[in-house]
Amino acid sequence: MSTTIADSTTSGRAQGTPPSRRRKGGLEAGQPRQAFWLVLPTLLLLTVVIVYPLVKAIIMSFQKDSGLDPASGLFVEGGSAGLSNYKHWLLQQCNVAGGGTIPCPAGSLGSQFYDALWVTLFFTVATVVIEIVLGLWFATIMNRTFRGRGLVRAAILIPWAIPTAVTAKLWLFIFAFDGIANHLLGFVGINPLLWTGDAWPARFAVIIADVWKTTPFMALLILAGLQIISADVYEAAAIDGASKWQTFRRITLPMIKVPLMVAVLFRTLDVLRIFDLPWILTQGGGGNGHATSTLSILVINQIRTGFNSASALSTIVFLIIAFAAFLFIKFGGADVVQRPPTVSKPGGRRPFWRRSTTPADPSTDVAADVPATVGK
Amino acid sequence: MTADLATAPPADGHLSQQEFRQPKTGWKTTRLYAGLTLIVIWGLAPFYWMIVTGLRDVGFTFDTTPWPTHVTLDNFRTAFSTDRGNHFGQALVNSVIIGVVTTAVAMLVGVFAAYALARLHFPGKYLVLGFILGASMFPGVALVSPLFQLFSSINWLNGYNYQALIIPDISFALPLTVYTLTAFFAEMPWELEESARMDGCTPGQAFRRIMLPLAAPGLFTTAILAFISSWNEFLLASQFASAKTQPVTVAIANFSGAQPHQEPYTAVMAAGTIVTVPLIIMVLFFQRAIVSGLTAGSVKG
Repeated sequence: MSTTIADSTTSGRAQGTPPSRRRKGGLEAGQPRQAFWLVLPTLLLLTVVIVYPLVKAIIMSFQKDSGLDPASGLFVEGGSAGLSNYKHWLLQQCNVAGGGTIPCPAGSLGSQFYDALWVTLFFTVATVVIEIVLGLWFATIMNRTFRGRGLVRAAILIPWAIPTAVTAKLWLFIFAFDGIANHLLGFVGINPLLWTGDAWPARFAVIIADVWKTTPFMALLILAGLQIISADVYEAAAIDGASKWQTFRRITLPMIKVPLMVAVLFRTLDVLRIFDLPWILTQGGGGNGHATSTLSILVINQIRTGFNSASALSTIVFLIIAFAAFLFIKFGGADVVQRPPTVSKPGGRRPFWRRSTTPADPSTDVAADVPATVGK
Repeated sequence: MTADLATAPPADGHLSQQEFRQPKTGWKTTRLYAGLTLIVIWGLAPFYWMIVTGLRDVGFTFDTTPWPTHVTLDNFRTAFSTDRGNHFGQALVNSVIIGVVTTAVAMLVGVFAAYALARLHFPGKYLVLGFILGASMFPGVALVSPLFQLFSSINWLNGYNYQALIIPDISFALPLTVYTLTAFFAEMPWELEESARMDGCTPGQAFRRIMLPLAAPGLFTTAILAFISSWNEFLLASQFASAKTQPVTVAIANFSGAQPHQEPYTAVMAAGTIVTVPLIIMVLFFQRAIVSGLTAGSVKG
């Protein structure tokens, strides 16, 4: 069964391949030089706005923060810090006045690193899992034929279009003590919650608001995947007597795997750098004071006390996100950039568990695999 | 042929699977429309609540009547009033300036790169694509401390220095533009350009008369996506904006009320409505294009 589906996908892709791929030889003469000049401005601009700040942040992260020492009140010179900024965050070592280090005292920003890391990971796993489930459900509903398709599509785009800052204020109002959320909970006999005050309600407030805003993106990407599955495949499955679950597990899921994984990849990376929502909704607070402080919030708080240790922290955040992206692309099947056909031999270099469901397709054009994301 | 097969009962009698191309039963239709209603409520209810609250008299902020009561336009006046140090009107202008310039720069630069990536063969193409994708995944927070130090040393963090907001915005708008356009360009029928040449068009004519009209929807959609992404940006703006250049997202987040520590909910909801309405209009008119832009490239076919 899976071979049939795989074959139909392959032929479908081959038909969609732009003619440029098939043209070889003489007609391509001069293209590399032309392409160089076309791509150059973009690369230069990205170097200025991304590579330069990144390199500068890495250099800064190995420098000491100059300024007044909060403990002694004396001015401390900058200079090379070695790895101390990284040790500060990862090993929780805070500097003391006379030189040397102590474990960071409770309440200091340094001591919040692992709390921020765990809460960020918790937000990521919770929101992405809920969004996959809801997104699949929404997409399945919207994939049926019905009247008023435009209305439903416009309605689902609204949470996506509202700026996150406005979303945060809107949910702050909904979650206010006298607000509508507590009012509705009253109907089912639940006492009013301090949504933005207590640790867990505050965390769930962030998760609910984020899920509300970004499930549409997930649903629309999954829907786009569902729409390219031909009805014939389902007919064939029905004739073979496949159950609903079997149809979903063996046909739908493998067919939407690529768009689903691309959506999950981008959502995961988005939540790992989440800032606006917890910052405006709870100021990173809740519970003992930093129950919703994500890594990005910690960086922004740290900037007020020292650029260089903030740079070390933002470099750590960058590495975490780069590592997550690497894991997704390497093992998760999020084929965001397909290797050139000459490099990836059919079946070669692919883990065995992926060979049957996603055959390496030499005719696939790379451009068709570039995903799109939503803005923030 | 397919219809015959679909209506033939399967060997082991799973009649419940006989749904394809048959008239929907009443129960199934009910369930479908119940699900659709839920989706519409999901999208509209919180937004509706924002509008209703924005129209409510400030004395009845926490009224929970589901329809508009104590209707007044005072909150919209309060939102624009500068008495309490809010500069919402100025912020709207700032957001338009920042959004338009960011979008224009990203489109002007990105369109060439996207054309090369979609149509030309050159060594290092996959490296370039990988770099642009990596750039789109780059965490904005990693830009803040180095750029904050740089911008403060060249005195860009006060006065009307819009470039301090536009330059960092390029870091996400340009990758977004390049890969959305690349996906659009890859699906265009470029053979038509050659046919036009065969029929006697000059290269310029072939591009202007044939390819440009075909590319217009993709260019337009990409521009909308880039504009929305910079209109909605908050993190970088909250760090690099001065009182004069702050965009609406920052203005709304910092909106101050009559008393300190008291959130002026109704005025903020009115301001939020004003900020969102242009986006809602775009969504209503261009929903099909926006959805195709969002999903461009994630799906083959």
